[in-house]
Amino acid sequence: MVRPLGFLVGLGFIAALVMAILTTPLGNEPNASKAFHKEPRKLALASDGIAPHWDIAQLQRGMQVYKEVCSACHSLKLVAFRDIQAFGYTEGQVKSFAKGFQVPSINPDTGEPATRDGLSSDYFPSPYANDVAAAAANGNAIPPDLSLITKAREGGKNYIYSLLTGYQNPPANMPKELHPGPGLHFNPYFPNLNLAMAQPLQNDQVTYADGTKATVDQMASDVTAFLVWTAEPKLVKRVQVGWAVLLYLLGFTALTFLSYRTIWANKEH
Amino acid sequence: MSFPWANQYQPKHPVMKWVDDRLPLPRFVYNAVGAGYPVPRNLNYFWNFGVLAGAALAIQIVTGIVLAMHYAANAGVAFNSVEHIMRDVNAGWFIRYAHMNGASMFFIVVYLHIFRGLYYGSYKAPREMVWLLGVVIFLLMMATAFMGYVLPWGQMSFWGAQVITGFFSAIPGVGEPMRQWLLGGFAPDNAALNRFFSLHYLLPFVILGVVILHIWALHIPGSSNPTGIEVKDEQDTVPFHPYYTAKDGVGLGVFLMIFAVLTFFTPNLLGHADNYIQANPLSTPAHIVPEWYFWPFYAILRAFTFNFLWIDAKLWGVIAMFAAIALLFFLPWLDGSPVKSSTYRPLNKIFFWILLFDIGLLGVCGMMPAEQPWVIFSQIGAIYYFAHFLIILPIISRIERPLPMPGSITEAVLAKHADKSSATA
Repeated sequence: MVRPLGFLVGLGFIAALVMAILTTPLGNEPNASKAFHKEPRKLALASDGIAPHWDIAQLQRGMQVYKEVCSACHSLKLVAFRDIQAFGYTEGQVKSFAKGFQVPSINPDTGEPATRDGLSSDYFPSPYANDVAAAAANGNAIPPDLSLITKAREGGKNYIYSLLTGYQNPPANMPKELHPGPGLHFNPYFPNLNLAMAQPLQNDQVTYADGTKATVDQMASDVTAFLVWTAEPKLVKRVQVGWAVLLYLLGFTALTFLSYRTIWANKEH
Repeated sequence: MSFPWANQYQPKHPVMKWVDDRLPLPRFVYNAVGAGYPVPRNLNYFWNFGVLAGAALAIQIVTGIVLAMHYAANAGVAFNSVEHIMRDVNAGWFIRYAHMNGASMFFIVVYLHIFRGLYYGSYKAPREMVWLLGVVIFLLMMATAFMGYVLPWGQMSFWGAQVITGFFSAIPGVGEPMRQWLLGGFAPDNAALNRFFSLHYLLPFVILGVVILHIWALHIPGSSNPTGIEVKDEQDTVPFHPYYTAKDGVGLGVFLMIFAVLTFFTPNLLGHADNYIQANPLSTPAHIVPEWYFWPFYAILRAFTFNFLWIDAKLWGVIAMFAAIALLFFLPWLDGSPVKSSTYRPLNKIFFWILLFDIGLLGVCGMMPAEQPWVIFSQIGAIYYFAHFLIILPIISRIERPLPMPGSITEAVLAKHADKSSATA
C-alpha cells in the first residue's frame, strides 16, 4: 500500500517541478550595478590569524578617529568607558577620559532631563537623542551604531576599511541611472554603489599624539582596528584559550586512541 | 531485552548493592551503555555518531541553561542581553559561541548518523521503531534550532521567523489566522519571542525523552552493524564497555577538536553578518537565508515556482518541504530489500551516493540567492530527492541482485583479516 501511494505522490511532486522548470526563465534579470561593484580590499591587522594580539597604539589612534570624526553621527552604544582600560590606560586616565563626555541624566532637584560628566561605568553617549532625530539630521538615513559594525557587514573589517577609503568619482562609463542621487555619494564597495554618508576622512583630519602621519589610509586602518576591538573585545583571549583547549583535547584524543588500541588488541574486528 | 550471554550486573561496592536492591538504576545504566550491552564486534567509526549526537545534546543543554541565566527574552532588550553575555559575563563569549556552534555540530553528527542509517539499512526490520523515533528527534531538533536562532533578535532572527511562520499562511483559509495565533500578533514581536524562548527551553528535554525511547528501542534487537547480518552467537559481540566506550572516546576527542576549532577560531563562520544587526521590522535584509542545516529543505521550498493544478506554488513548496522529511517515516516500507547493508547492494550503493550528492547540491542552492542557475539546479535536485525515495528505491529493491553475503559477523571479520594478512604476507 505504501509503495503505490508513494509512487503517485512522487509523480505528483515531479510533475509540479517539471512544470516549474518549463515555466521558469533560464536567464536572470540584468543587474547593471553588479559590474561597478568591487570586492573589499584586504586590511591586515594585528588581531588577525591564529596568533592575534591587540596593537595598543593603533587602537588608541583608532579611538581618537572615532571620537573626533565618526562620533559626530555614529553611536557606539555597547562600549563603556571602563572597557578602554584594555588599551593600557590607567583607571585615572579612564576617569578623566569619561569626564570629557556629557551623558544624559536627570536633574536630581527638578527631575528634568539634564546632562552630567561621564563616569567610567557610562557607555559612549550617542550623538542623537533617538532614531527620529538621527534620520532628520541625515537626509532620512540613520547612521548605524558602530559597536558591532565589523561583524555586522559581509566582508567585515575589509569592507569597513574599503568603504572608508573607497570614495571616488563614478566611472565615466557608468549609466546615468546608477549615478548618485541628491544627498548620495558614489562608493564602489557599498552594496548598491551609492550611500548617504559623505567621505568622512580627509588627510590630516586628526592630529595623532604619537606623531603618526594622519593619511586617509592610516586613519581608516586605525579606526577599523578599533572597530574590530569594539565588535569583539574578547577576540584575542578567545584564540589564546582556543589553543590551550585544543592542546588539551589533542592529549585527550591521543590517550583515548591508545587505550582503544590496547583494549581491542586481541579482538579482530 | 538482551542476548542471553550478556554480562550480568554484579555490584562491587556494598553501597551500590544497597542502591541496586532498592532502585536498579545502576543495573539499568550497566545494561544500557555499560558492559551489560553486547554489541557487534565489527562496528566501524560511523557507529560513533549516535554517542556523539548524545554528547552534542548534552553540551547544548548545559550551555543553554547557563545562557538562559543571563539572557532576557524581551524584544526590547534581547539583542543587547546577548551582547552583555559576550562582553560582561565571565566566559560568556565562550558559552554563547559554544552554544551557537554546538547547534551546527549537533546537526553535522546527526546528518552523518542519518546517512549511516541510510547506507547500512539501519531503518529496516527489526529496527523500524528506532528509525521512526530518530525522525521524530530530527523534527524536534529542527524546531528547536529554528526557535533558538530567533532568540538573539537580530535581523536574520526576525526575518527568518517571518519567513518560517509564513509557511502557515500558505494553508488555504485558516492559514493566516493560524499564523497570527502562533505568533501572538501580526508579525514576530515580543509575544512570539517569549513563546519561542519558552519552547526553546522545553523542546531539548522532549528530545532527551525521545532519545531515551530511541535507545530503548535500539536495545530490543541490539545494534546493527556494517554487514547487516544479525548477531548469531556470543563470538559475534563484545560488551559495549570497555570496547565501544573506548572507541567512542576516540570519536568524541575528534568531535571536540573540530568543535573547538569552530568555537575558538572561526565562531561566526556558519552564521550571518546580518544577525549582528538588531531586528528591524522596517528593513528587510537583501537576502534572507536560514542556517546551513536547513539549506537543502529551503531549496526544496523555493524550487516550486509554478501553480500546478489548483494548488498555489507557495503551498506546493511548503507541502514538499514537509513531505521531504515526512517521507522518511515511510522509508522502512518503501525499501523492500531484505538485505540491509549497501555493501551487498550494488544498485542501492550507487543511488545512495547520488542522493548524497543531490542533498549537497540542494544545500548549495538553498544558500544561494534565488537566481539562475540555482533555481533550475534546485528544481532538478528536488526531482531527484523525491524520485529517489518514492520511485527509485522501491524499484531497485525489487530488481537488485544482492552480492553473496558471509554467514555471520564473525565470518566476515575473519575473512577481512585473512585478506589483510595474505596481502601483507
